[in-house]
Amino acid sequence: MTATAALPHPVRASSVFFALLRRDVRVARKEIVFFLVRTTMQPLLFVIVFGYLLPKMNFVGRGYQTALLPGILAVSLSLSAIQSVALPMVQDFGWTKEIEDRLLAPVSTQLIAAEKIVAGMLQGVIAAAFVLPIARLVMGPISGFTFSHVGELVAIVLLGSMAFSSLGMWLGTAIAPQQIGLMFSVIIAPMLFFGCAYYPWRGLDAVPVMKYLVLVNPMVYIAEGMRGALTPDVPHMPLAVVGVALVLIASIFWSLGMRSFYKRAIG
Amino acid sequence: MPAIETRALRKVYPAPAAPKRKRGANGAGAATAAAPRSEIVALKGLDLEVLDGEFFGLLGPNGAGKTTTIGILTTRVKPTSGSAVIGGADVASQSVQVRQRIGVVPQRPNPDRSLNVIENLTFHAAYFGIPLSASQPRANQLLEQLGISDKAYAKVDEMSGGQQQRLMIARALIHEPQVIFLDEPTVGLDPQTRLSLWEILRHLHAEGRTIVMTTHYMEEADKLCDRIAIVDRGELLELDTPAALKERAPGGTLVEMSLSGDARPLVEPVRSIEGVLRVETQGSLLRVFSDRGGRVISPVIQTAEENGLSVANISLTEPSLETLFVSRTGRKLD
Repeated sequence: MTATAALPHPVRASSVFFALLRRDVRVARKEIVFFLVRTTMQPLLFVIVFGYLLPKMNFVGRGYQTALLPGILAVSLSLSAIQSVALPMVQDFGWTKEIEDRLLAPVSTQLIAAEKIVAGMLQGVIAAAFVLPIARLVMGPISGFTFSHVGELVAIVLLGSMAFSSLGMWLGTAIAPQQIGLMFSVIIAPMLFFGCAYYPWRGLDAVPVMKYLVLVNPMVYIAEGMRGALTPDVPHMPLAVVGVALVLIASIFWSLGMRSFYKRAIG
Repeated sequence: MPAIETRALRKVYPAPAAPKRKRGANGAGAATAAAPRSEIVALKGLDLEVLDGEFFGLLGPNGAGKTTTIGILTTRVKPTSGSAVIGGADVASQSVQVRQRIGVVPQRPNPDRSLNVIENLTFHAAYFGIPLSASQPRANQLLEQLGISDKAYAKVDEMSGGQQQRLMIARALIHEPQVIFLDEPTVGLDPQTRLSLWEILRHLHAEGRTIVMTTHYMEEADKLCDRIAIVDRGELLELDTPAALKERAPGGTLVEMSLSGDARPLVEPVRSIEGVLRVETQGSLLRVFSDRGGRVISPVIQTAEENGLSVANISLTEPSLETLFVSRTGRKLD
């Protein structure tokens, strides 16, 4: 009997990480239609009403579309990043306990959480990439829309999706399963409506109190960041401010999400 | 070197802040009924040694600390104090190395329902760094061995409870662990499935694997285990081979009677009945150990009635681990 004498050869953490990611990609691919419907329905409806119907009725000027599109992309990105982490977490830790097979993987518990956040980021990006062409189709040509600031765009998308995916991790592991509905009405809905997604932040000059109140809302920075990168002619928050804010928000949510995941995973 | 070694292993859960019923699953809440705000001591300094290749049983009622022990040994629960080492790696400080050495079959099947049956195995193998080229044949072989190969490409939800439990065993084995933990693996299974699971476990044991199993079924522990640790309320009560434990059980058949009132006045008169070895009471419960089987029942009833007590219920247990457990803890297992 030498079974315990020989140490098993150590597994590379990166290989476990990619195995975990492959699992999430496999599952997401199986559910891609449901995933897209669930996460992009809301922004697409906004595109139809505010980006197509209202301009047609002359309730809003055509310039509104230019301000709206980056906001819609920000909403798609953040909403699906939150949901694709929070919902499985609530389910897995709440009742199915399905995640236990991954918690037994020979890597640190933090790496397992990090993988979930990365998978959420990917799904956020996919949702935004799916919404963009449809929005463009519905709204027609958008004046002032440009892809020339690729570097800024990539940075905003990465930081923003990381912030919201981590927020999803935190909410999904900290909230009781019975309160998941409450999460949408109390946290997500106000975040969307006061997130400067459907109007530019500079437009709030008209309501100064709101202009400063909304700054606590992380959505503001990703919406304004998208505006700065995609429609730079629309008055927006300086990208440097957006960048600093997103780095701060992402690191706060990251550490909250990590801590909360660990607390749920290890008793 | 023992496969598993725990030293003064202790686990204290913080007091639940509000009335919380979640812990009910492992029954740890029961002990704190008197002091609801106090912390819950699930393990009170457990010392165990499991040998290489041993089939080791942790036997105890719900709330004994079995699941907490398995939780600590499988790195899912942090011990409050004390240490536990598996194959030389400490469960708290070297959890990654420990995870590499263990396979776990949970109390309730928790397969990855988003994956099909064989994916459950190949992905689990991938989490242990095993490439698909190696895990696929091994997965097929395991499914074959466990009699569920016809379900390889089925959805997990299409399997019965027993089949899912077998899938959990296959999953626990796919990465060739040195030690396998099974937490109450046969709870909720029908008798036939339970027997076939026993066969599987015997086979694994015969292959030389170290197996740690919790159970609250005496018979299961008796039939399968090389050694059994009897635990209750976070403490180790007995540790030995099933045969030695049974020898240690108080002799004779256990006759238990629930009476209409305090059983204490009966101790002396019952003790003088022929064939009675020992008499214990607990409130209105009278326990008589008899070496004449059930033949003491009628004189005991007579004695009770002479003392103005009527008998509400009678049960008979042959000398076994069960009678040992009852005499050590003052209660039955289930």
